[in-house]
Amino acid sequence: MVKKVVISGADAIANAVKLCRPKVLPMYPITPSTLVPERLAEYVFNGELDAEMIHVESEHSAASALYGVYAMGLRSFTATASQGLALMHEILPIISASRFPAVMAVANRTLSGPLNIWNDHSDAMSERDQGWIQLYCESAQEAFDTTIMAYKIAETEKVCLPVMVCIDGFSLSHVYEPLQIEDQEKVDLFLPEYKPHDFLDISSPKSFGAFATPATYFEFKEQYQEAMDESLKIISQVHEEFAKKFGRTYGNGLMELVEMKDAEYALLAVGTAAGTTRVVIEELRKKGKKVGLIKLKTIRPFPVEEIKKACKNLKALGVIDRHVSLGYEGALTIDVKAALKEEKVKVEGFVAGLGGRDIDRKRILFAFEALMQGKKGFWLK
Amino acid sequence: MIFMTKKEIKIGGIQITKGAVISNPGSTKNYKTGEWRTFKPSIDQAKCIKCAKCWMTCPDAAVYKDKEGRFQVNYDYCKGCLLCEKECPVKAISHKVEEK
Repeated sequence: MVKKVVISGADAIANAVKLCRPKVLPMYPITPSTLVPERLAEYVFNGELDAEMIHVESEHSAASALYGVYAMGLRSFTATASQGLALMHEILPIISASRFPAVMAVANRTLSGPLNIWNDHSDAMSERDQGWIQLYCESAQEAFDTTIMAYKIAETEKVCLPVMVCIDGFSLSHVYEPLQIEDQEKVDLFLPEYKPHDFLDISSPKSFGAFATPATYFEFKEQYQEAMDESLKIISQVHEEFAKKFGRTYGNGLMELVEMKDAEYALLAVGTAAGTTRVVIEELRKKGKKVGLIKLKTIRPFPVEEIKKACKNLKALGVIDRHVSLGYEGALTIDVKAALKEEKVKVEGFVAGLGGRDIDRKRILFAFEALMQGKKGFWLK
Repeated sequence: MIFMTKKEIKIGGIQITKGAVISNPGSTKNYKTGEWRTFKPSIDQAKCIKCAKCWMTCPDAAVYKDKEGRFQVNYDYCKGCLLCEKECPVKAISHKVEEK
């Protein structure tokens, strides 16, 4: 039976993972993702989830065990944040290069230093080149739905790549929101049992993690890039299928457009910042300003064509960036500028919300005003 | 540099498989690391006392015992580190610079 509850974003992810029936859970708690392993441990202890939990000694081990579980041909899951994700760095590209469809939740938290436990996107954005699909969420319901979709996307034969489900630390992971928890039967129909393409099997021995010389390494990388390109289509398809079965949509799965039809000025925002931007847009629209929002959900693979299409009639686009590539500018701004290099639209980057600084109504309004006055992008402190 | 045409999946006999999985394990032996060698050791069978120190020392297990019980070097895998020469108690192993 469909259950309606009021629950935090991290709890929503734990609930979704339970419905996806992973078999082994190597997890290491770190703020603000701790609630995810906590809840899953409860489910395993209560017998609600038939899985084994591995209490690993670090995130490096959690990622390594995640690799191991997929090498055994079983569905798995882990969650982390910040320094934990950074510690996993070495293993992340190995998981994607092995084409293991792992799913990991990241409760985005900034990287030290100075030491800070609050939200920005510097942890996940720093890992965007490692062959993991990255999906960002705005609400607890979106986090719940995205986790279920993530398994389906990852396990699609043409994709076979790991997926990171990113939720903003505290501003989503710890915020209580109404959530519709779906039936197990319905989720089972949407997400069938996991069938691995290759796994360690005594009756058919195989080598995993073999080395590739300069004669072949290049071609393997090309294979991963092709799978990434392919996943753009699959993400939209899975999202469409999800929408049909569960009746909820998030744009086209890659991005959501708000008031973009006749917009002249727009902001591109990711995660919870998009929620605040929606409110500001409503306000500005009442005053007759033609403003809109592009809520980017999928950052890797980067939906270049969709962004181009969305920005066709814009005069200027501002990017709310929660991560800065030190020595240059906001990392997302760089991507967006590159995507729009042949378009007429002016792109301005607004670095905002670093280390948990609020991106509130006033700041979004400030960014819109700067954009409409033709000002350059700046740090939205 | 090899520029691969689309969907070509074999390079020098190596299959570009999904996830770089090798379905017929043991393929590492096809990679002849002896190609890396600069110094080529050789064993003087007349001096050799068959103590097997070279056999135990070789980090690549490239020293083997032949049918007659003599120790020989497998040049397919000997990288020429010369640890065998250093360890030999009767100086039965010497080396030459190998030019290719």
